[in-house]
Amino acid sequence: MFTLIRNAITSLILFTVLTGILYPLSVTGLAQALFPRQSNGSFIMKNGNPVGSALIGQQFDKPGYFWGRPSATGPFPYNAASSSGSNLGPNNPALALAVRARTSALRTADPSNRQEIPVDLATASGSGLDPHISPAAAAFQVRRVATARGLYEATVRAAVAAHTRQRLVGVLGEPVVNVLELNLALDELR
Amino acid sequence: MTGNGVLQIVVYFGILLLLARPLGIYMARVYEGDPSVLTRLFGPVERFFYKFCGINPDEEMGWKRYTAAVLVFGAAGFLVLYLLQRFQGALPFNPQKLPSVAPGLAFNTAVSFVTNTNWQNYGGETTMSYLTQMAGLGVQNFVSAATGMAVLVALVRGFKRHSAQTIGNFWVDLTRSTFYILLPLSVVWSLLLVSQGVVQTLSEYKTVSLTQAISYEKPKLDDRGNPVKDARGNPATERVHVKEQVIPFGPAASQIAIKQLGTNGGGFFNVNSAHPFENPTALSNFLEVLAILLIPAALCLAFGKMIGDLRQGWALLAAMSLVLVSFTCWCAWNEQGGNPRFGALGIDQTASESNPGGNMEGKEARFGIVNSALWATATTAASNGSVNAMHDSFTPVGGMVPLCLMQLGEVIFGGVGSGLYGMLVFAIITVFIAGLMVGRTPEYLGKKIEMFEMKMASLAILIVNALVTIGTAFAVSTKAGVAGIANPGPHGFSEVLYAFSSAANNNGSAFAGLTGNAVFYHIALGIAMFIGRFWVIIPVLAIAGSLAKKKHVPAGLGTLPTHTPLFVAFLIGVVLIVGALTFVPSLALGPIAEQFMAAR
Repeated sequence: MFTLIRNAITSLILFTVLTGILYPLSVTGLAQALFPRQSNGSFIMKNGNPVGSALIGQQFDKPGYFWGRPSATGPFPYNAASSSGSNLGPNNPALALAVRARTSALRTADPSNRQEIPVDLATASGSGLDPHISPAAAAFQVRRVATARGLYEATVRAAVAAHTRQRLVGVLGEPVVNVLELNLALDELR
Repeated sequence: MTGNGVLQIVVYFGILLLLARPLGIYMARVYEGDPSVLTRLFGPVERFFYKFCGINPDEEMGWKRYTAAVLVFGAAGFLVLYLLQRFQGALPFNPQKLPSVAPGLAFNTAVSFVTNTNWQNYGGETTMSYLTQMAGLGVQNFVSAATGMAVLVALVRGFKRHSAQTIGNFWVDLTRSTFYILLPLSVVWSLLLVSQGVVQTLSEYKTVSLTQAISYEKPKLDDRGNPVKDARGNPATERVHVKEQVIPFGPAASQIAIKQLGTNGGGFFNVNSAHPFENPTALSNFLEVLAILLIPAALCLAFGKMIGDLRQGWALLAAMSLVLVSFTCWCAWNEQGGNPRFGALGIDQTASESNPGGNMEGKEARFGIVNSALWATATTAASNGSVNAMHDSFTPVGGMVPLCLMQLGEVIFGGVGSGLYGMLVFAIITVFIAGLMVGRTPEYLGKKIEMFEMKMASLAILIVNALVTIGTAFAVSTKAGVAGIANPGPHGFSEVLYAFSSAANNNGSAFAGLTGNAVFYHIALGIAMFIGRFWVIIPVLAIAGSLAKKKHVPAGLGTLPTHTPLFVAFLIGVVLIVGALTFVPSLALGPIAEQFMAAR
């Protein structure tokens, strides 16, 4: 029994050094050398300053910006320091209330738009930090953004297309539009 | 389901089954001590390791000594992980100055990672220092997985050897699993993940200015932290302006690679692989969900190779795959159907080339429906428990599918090692039932299955099922248990049932609305995880020891062949019937009741 205890403690020490320290540190070294941008958070740089991460969404609620997925992080949306989904069950009355509030905000911002709202614009993402919306959700907002900015719809549509990513080799994942990158590009247009 | 959805599922299982064979044969060679390319690299390290620890790699252990080694190693791991969390505030690699973890949470988390469960009552980015993540949780990700693989290999030796007193050396099996299988795969996987945007750095969290500043109403508190009321008695609020975003980092990729490969599942960040820094693209998602089932699938074939009949491995893999493919389609179908309550709100839930459609609450746009459903079923079929969507927000039936997969005992792929030894226990039960039907002594892989094996096999299954049902019943009849529930009605019951199914079967995923960060759940789920892990390992190793002692019985005319479609169907039947008999009543109170209420 004593041998077993000694074996357990010494092997745990070695496993800790090997898999708990050497492994993550050497992966960090390799990652920093091979993929410096990705391993440090895929930041978008503007005039040498980071303005956000291409992978972490931000909250937009002005009519001139494309809005992202609703976010359930607390205490304010898109709080990257505390990722969270809503965890509301499908039949929880609180979910119906939240969805109604989200749809009415979209309707109020764009009263003339009679299209049905794409589901991803009315439902909170899993992480609360989803950087993407579906192409349908972007198309739904094109006219509102164009009007608010005084741009041609075609110009805005072209910007959306430029920031749309198709399925990987046409099969994997879903087509998405990166909201922060798109909005930054629109700000550049002015 | 959409055409593309079906295609994605086909591609996934195609590539999984393609990779399973070569990896399985490689693993069999590792456990049999055959030299490979990696022996040159790790051979000297391995020998140094034994020397340093005073281990004689040629020493053989009987089942009792093997079990004692597993338990002592688990206990040491628990103690170290507990202390590391309790003192992280005073230790290095803590750029955010996170305080030490409270005792209840530290206990729960230590049990959780040592048992390969990775149930998380905390959010990683707000609780655990980089040191705890790497040298505590990360280490257990490796060694708890390697322990499961070691126990499996010991059981396989029980079938393979005859008239033998020993079943191998735990330290050797543990070390080889880590050095030759888990570590090399993790290095490859973590670099692939970083290339997709998974973060890997030791720098502190970064603050950026928001492109559009936002503001929100926050309840006003007085100096003592009590809510302030306005003149009308309503809670007063104040407007808070937010101009910045704090972005968390960490050595995430190295952690995520092993948490997926070792069926651990503990996320670096709170929302696990739904977080864009854990799982940023379609490709990262594919790699991660592939990693969940890769080793469990390959182990089936390693088992076949080791006992000298690959067909036995394919039979078990076929049984697992058939159940999982049907459950995946069942889940995806329900999620793609969407939420009927949204129909009246002017929301478009129809899938098209530009809209994922379906029930998108709690799901990420880049994964849509099919990848969320595929992940949910793969992670609960294996006892992985990582998530890329919030299971609590799934439709009633869509959420019942992952729940059922856990309740089947984590034998459909299951945890690395633990899934296959669980499935072998079911195979023993199956040949026993078949033997009863024709009135012959049951045999499996040339070993007679007798009373001792049947007792142990029944124990392994009954203990876990009792933990789930009794634990759930206890929780919902106590105030402290009910206090954690987030959603009203039958869904709240489902949250508790899910928690105990997950803990006792060492899965670790959650209906995350449930507040687990409370003393009641720390202790109740901690006990469930502990018993669910080690009180299955003990009977399994007892079976291994008993089988090793027996003589080999050559297959006769009356022997039931165990590599045929007939046996596969019989095995699936036994797994499903045992699960259904145990859990249909409780499922009726949760997801099934909710489905009928929603349909009204």
